[in-house]
Amino acid sequence: MTQQRDRLCIAILALGGQGGGVLADWIQSVARSQGQLAQGTSVPGVAQRTGSTVYYVELAPMPADGRAPVLAQMPTPGDVDVVIASELMEVGRAMVRGFVSAERTTLIGSTHRIYAIAEKSAMGDGRADSSKILEAAAKRARRFVGFDMDAASARSGSVISSIMFGALAGSGALPFPREAFEDAIRASGVAVDSNLKGFAEGFDAARQPVAAPDEPAVPTPEPTTPFGQALAARIRARLPAAAHRNALLGVQRLMDYQDQAYAALYLERLERIAALDQPPHALTTETAAALALWMAYDDTIRVADLKTRASRAARVRGEVRVKNDQLLSVTEFMHPRLREICETLPAPIGRRLLHSTAAEKLLGRFFTKGRHVETTRLRWFLMLSLLAAMRPLRRSSLRYQEEQQRVEGWLAEIQARAPSQPDVALEVARCQNLIKGYGETFDRGLSSYAKILGFIRSGAPTADDIATLRRAALADEQGQALNAELNRLGAAA
Amino acid sequence: MAERSFKSEVRKLTAGEGDVFHGEGILAVTKALLQSGVAYVGGYQGSPISHLMDVFADANDLLESLDVHFEASASEATAAAMLAASVNYPLRGAVAWKSVVGTNVASDALSNVASGGVTGGAMIIVGEDYGEGSSIMQERTHAFAMKSQMWLLDPRPNLTSIVDMVEKGFELSEASHTPVMLELRVRSCHMTGSFVARDNRRPPLTVAQAAAAPVRDVERIVLPPANFLHEVEKVEKRWPAGVAFVRDNKLNETFGPDEGEIGLIVQGGLYNNLNRAMELLGLADAFGDSALPIYCLNVTYPLIPEEVTDFCRGKKAVLIIEEGQPEFIEHELNTLIRRAGLETRIVGKGPLPRAGEYAAHVIQKGLKSFLEEWSPKHAPAPAPVSAAPAPAAVTSLAAEVPARPAGFCTGCPERPIFTAMKMVERELGPSHVSADIGCHLFSILPPFNIGNTTMGYGLGAAGASAFKPKDRRAIAIMGDGGFWHNGLTSGVGNAVFNKNDTVTLVVDNGYSAATGGQDVLSSRADSKTRSTRNPIEKAARGVGVEWVRSIDRTYDLKRMKDALKEALTSPEKGPKVIIAQSECMLNKQRREKPLLRKAAQAGRRVSQDRFGVDPDTCTGDHSCIRLSGCPSLSIKPNPDPLRRDPVAHVDNSCVGCGLCGEVSHAAILCPSFYRARVVTNPGRWERFVNGLRQRIITTLQRGAERRLAARAF
Repeated sequence: MTQQRDRLCIAILALGGQGGGVLADWIQSVARSQGQLAQGTSVPGVAQRTGSTVYYVELAPMPADGRAPVLAQMPTPGDVDVVIASELMEVGRAMVRGFVSAERTTLIGSTHRIYAIAEKSAMGDGRADSSKILEAAAKRARRFVGFDMDAASARSGSVISSIMFGALAGSGALPFPREAFEDAIRASGVAVDSNLKGFAEGFDAARQPVAAPDEPAVPTPEPTTPFGQALAARIRARLPAAAHRNALLGVQRLMDYQDQAYAALYLERLERIAALDQPPHALTTETAAALALWMAYDDTIRVADLKTRASRAARVRGEVRVKNDQLLSVTEFMHPRLREICETLPAPIGRRLLHSTAAEKLLGRFFTKGRHVETTRLRWFLMLSLLAAMRPLRRSSLRYQEEQQRVEGWLAEIQARAPSQPDVALEVARCQNLIKGYGETFDRGLSSYAKILGFIRSGAPTADDIATLRRAALADEQGQALNAELNRLGAAA
Repeated sequence: MAERSFKSEVRKLTAGEGDVFHGEGILAVTKALLQSGVAYVGGYQGSPISHLMDVFADANDLLESLDVHFEASASEATAAAMLAASVNYPLRGAVAWKSVVGTNVASDALSNVASGGVTGGAMIIVGEDYGEGSSIMQERTHAFAMKSQMWLLDPRPNLTSIVDMVEKGFELSEASHTPVMLELRVRSCHMTGSFVARDNRRPPLTVAQAAAAPVRDVERIVLPPANFLHEVEKVEKRWPAGVAFVRDNKLNETFGPDEGEIGLIVQGGLYNNLNRAMELLGLADAFGDSALPIYCLNVTYPLIPEEVTDFCRGKKAVLIIEEGQPEFIEHELNTLIRRAGLETRIVGKGPLPRAGEYAAHVIQKGLKSFLEEWSPKHAPAPAPVSAAPAPAAVTSLAAEVPARPAGFCTGCPERPIFTAMKMVERELGPSHVSADIGCHLFSILPPFNIGNTTMGYGLGAAGASAFKPKDRRAIAIMGDGGFWHNGLTSGVGNAVFNKNDTVTLVVDNGYSAATGGQDVLSSRADSKTRSTRNPIEKAARGVGVEWVRSIDRTYDLKRMKDALKEALTSPEKGPKVIIAQSECMLNKQRREKPLLRKAAQAGRRVSQDRFGVDPDTCTGDHSCIRLSGCPSLSIKPNPDPLRRDPVAHVDNSCVGCGLCGEVSHAAILCPSFYRARVVTNPGRWERFVNGLRQRIITTLQRGAERRLAARAF
C-alpha cells in the first residue's frame, strides 16, 4: 500500500443553464490531452431547471503499471483542490458544504449575484449580505480568485463557462500550459472564437487581485443654476452636515418633479424637523430622503413625464442593445383606472367624479382593461407628452391635496415625538418606505401605514415596536403578519 | 425531439473488439446491451435514466441494422410487460426506467414475469434516484427485488465493471430463469470513463422470428395451479441456480488481506466512496490497495451464504456499508451468521446513519467510529482531514446563503397558468389543488406556493377524486406526459365514471418536458418513427368529458383566468377539463434561435421582443416577481440614491414571452414594464416611417428638455 495523493479533485458549483457541464467536459479534455486520467460526474434532473447543481471532476496521472486508480463520484469535504463557483452565493454554498479548505483549495468564484427567488420576491430588500461571503472566501480558501465573471462575459461577448475555464487556467491550479486549455476549446468545435475570447478575459482576470463588483456611486449633486445655488446655500446654512447630501438630492428631485417653489416647500418642511434634531442628526438625514420621495409621489403626470424623456429612450436603447441598423419600438403596459384620472383632475371635480356612481357607470367601462401604450408611435407619445405638460396644474389636483395632507400628518407625528423620543421619531420617519407603487400595491402600503400610524397615535410605542411592525408589514401581502404583531402589541399595552 | 442529442455519441456504439470506448455511463450500458445480443429494448424516461432512452432513440438506425426492436414505452408498466417476450423465447431483452417510482408503476408486470420465470435473459435497468439531486421519495428498489425474487446487480462504479455486469447479468438471468435488475446510481449514469469494447452481437433470434413461430407453455402463465408451482420453483430451482452462478462466476469480489479481526462488506455501487473514505483515514491507497479485508457485493440480492460465512469466519466484527433503509442486507447477514453458528458481530446502522446518501465523508465518519470500537489499532489519529472551520462560523454563513429551489425556466409557458391560478385564488378564495409529477410541480415552491398534494405521475386528477364538494371545486393539475402515462384513465376516465365535479388542468407543452423533452402522443412535431399530433382534447372527449376548453396560448392571462373561473363556477356538473397549450420554451428556443440567427444573417426581416423595467418608476415592491418568478426577471441595486429597496430588472436572457406585460395589466401593478421590439433588417418603408416618427418625437423631446433645464438644480 503506497501513501501518495497525486490526483486533483475539482468541484464546479453552477446554476442550471450556466454551462457547468461544458466546463467539466473541457477540463477532462485538457487533462486527457496531457496524458492524465479524467473522470467527470454530475447529477442530472430537476436541479438543472434553474436550481444549483454540482459537477465533479477527478484527474489522476496515468499509472505506469496499468493499475487504475479508484476515483470518487462526488467531492469530499476537505479533499477538494479546486472549487469553481459561477456566482457569489454558490461560492458561499461551496464553503457551507465544506468543499473549501485552507490547506488545499484554490477557490475560483464569480463575485456577481444572481438573486434567489426569496431575495427577489421580498416586499422590500431581501438580499443576502455579499460582504460576508467575500470575507469568508478570503479567509477559508488556500487561495481565492474572485472577480465579476458576469461582467467579464459581457465584455468579451462570451458565456460564463469560458470565463471560468480561463480563470482556472489563469489561476495556475492545474499543471497544464495555457495552449492546452485553448486547444480543448478548439477541439470542442462550438463557438470557438467567442469562447477563446472569454477564456482570455478569464485568464487575465484571474491574475488580478480579488475585486468585488463595482457599484456605481451617485455623486452628490452640484447646483448649476442660480436658484439651485440659492437652495444649496440654504441647505448648508440651516441643515446639519449629515443631512446635506440627502437634502441636495431631495431638492434636485423636487425641482425636476415640479418646480423651484416646491423644492423650497420641501426645505421649509425639513428645517422644521432639523430644528428639533440632535447630533448625529439621523432624523434629519432620514427625513430628508423620505420626505423627498413622498413629495415626489408617482402620479400619472410624473409617469408620463418620465416615460417621454429623451434620456429614457436612450437608456432603453442601451439596455436592449439596439444596433444602429435595427429599429426599436417600445410598448408600455399601463392600466389607468378611473381613480387615477380623477386624482389628476382639479380637486373639486375629481372628488365629485370619484364619488359619483353615474360617472362610474358612464366612464368606468373605459378603464377596465390595460392599455398597450406604444411610446415610439406619435399618437401615444403626444398623449403622454400632453399629460406630462399638465405639470403646472398639479397643485390643484385631488391627489396633490391628498398627499400634502398625508405628508403634513406624518411630519406632525415626527415633530411631536422628536423632542422627547428621538428614536421613535426616527422610526416614524422610516415608515414612509411602506408607501410605494401603484394600484393595489399602493393601497396595501397605505393601509399598512395607516394601521401603524394609528397604533403609534393610540399609545406609547417604543422604537423597537415600530421597527417590528414595519418589518411585519413587509412580510406578506395579505397583512397577516402585521395584524398578528398589532394584536400582540395591542394586547401587551 | 429530446433536449439533448446523442447523435454524434451513438457513433461510438459501433466500436468493435479491443477498441477503447470513451464516454458516459449510459452510453456504456447501451454498448453493453448490444454486446450482449439483446433482441429488444424499451423503457420510460425519468432522471437519472432519461438519457438512456434518448441514446436508444438516437441510436435507432444502429438498433434497426442489428435487428434490435426499440420502443419508447407508454409507461414503466408497458416496458415491464414487454419482458413477456423473454418468457417463452430465448430472446434477450432490456427495459429501463427511473426507480423507485418507475418500479412502482411496473410492479404488476414485474411480479408476473418474475413468477413465471424467463427463458431469454431479461434485464431491468433501474436509474436509482436516491440522494443528492433526487426528486422523489427516498425508498429502495431492493425491496422489489426481494419480494418478486429478481436478482439485483449493483456493480462497482467504473465503466468496465458496469459493462461486464450487464453481460454477466444476462447469463445469470438465463441460468436461473429469473429477471435481473441492474441498479445504476445517479452519479454513474453520467460518469465519464472508458472500457475495452467487444463486438456488437446480432440477436441469435429476432422478435420477428419469434413472432413467426409462437410457443405456448401454460406452465409459465400465472393462474392456478401454475402460480403455486412457480413459488416452489423459485425457491427450489431458480434460487439455487442463481446463487451457484454468482458464486461460480465470482461476481462478488474481495479486496485487501485475506485475514483480519474485522472486515467490511460493501454494496458494489458504494465501493469507490468506501475506498476514498479509507484513503482519507490512511487505510487504503488511491488504487484500492486496502489494509482491511473487503467483501464487495456486486450482486446485492441474493446473498451467497458460503461466501458470507467464509468472509466472516474468524472475524470479531464486520461492518456492512448499506445505503438506505430498511437495512435488508444487514438483516440477512445476521440470519446467515446465526445459521452458520458464527460469533461475528454484524455492525451497520448505528455507526452509519440510518437515512441518507453514503457519500465518502459519511462512510469515513461511520468507519472511524466502527474501528474505534472494534479495532482501535486501525482507528486513525484524531482529525484526519483538514481542521474544519468552527461550526458556528459555518452556521452563520449558511444563514446567509439563500436556498435555490428549482423553478420554471425563462419564458416557461407553465408560469402564466399558475399566475392565473394565483390571481383567481385571490378573487374566489383558495381551492384544494392536487398536483402531479412534472415541471408544473414547481408551482408548489415560491413564488406561487400552489398545490396541496402529489400522489404520483399522472395521478393529479385521481388525487382530487375524494373531493366532491358542494360549492368549492377542487383543482387537479396534470401534464401531457402524465396524461398519456395513465392520467387519461386513472384520472379523467375515473372522474367521468364517478361523476366527479372537479376541474382538471392539463398542461400541454408538447413534450415530456421535465424528463428532457421527449415526444409524447400529443406532441406537435412530426416524427418519422412515432405517431404524434393526437390531441388531448379528443382523448378527453373520447372518454366522455363534456366540458373541455383548450387554450392555445397560455400567456393570455385573461383567457386563462376566465377559463379557470368558468370551470370553478359553472353550474354544469361533471368533470371540467382545461387544456392549456403552449410549447415548452426550452425546446422552442432550441428550435427557433438558430433559425432566427440564420434569417438575420441572410438579410431577412427578423423581429424579436424582450422586456425591460424603468428603474425610476419601479418602487421596489416586487409584486411582479411574486406573480412570476421568471429567472430573467430579477432585481438590481436601486440607482436612485434616495431609495434603498432594489428595483426589478429584466436581464438579457429574456425571451419576450409577454407574461410581464400581461401581469402588469391583469394585476394592475405598475407602469414600469416595457416591451422592446427590435427589428433586424427592416424594410425600406418601415425605415422611412420610423425615421419620420423619430424626428418629430426628438423635436418634442427637445422642447421638454428646455423646460426641464429651466427648472434645473
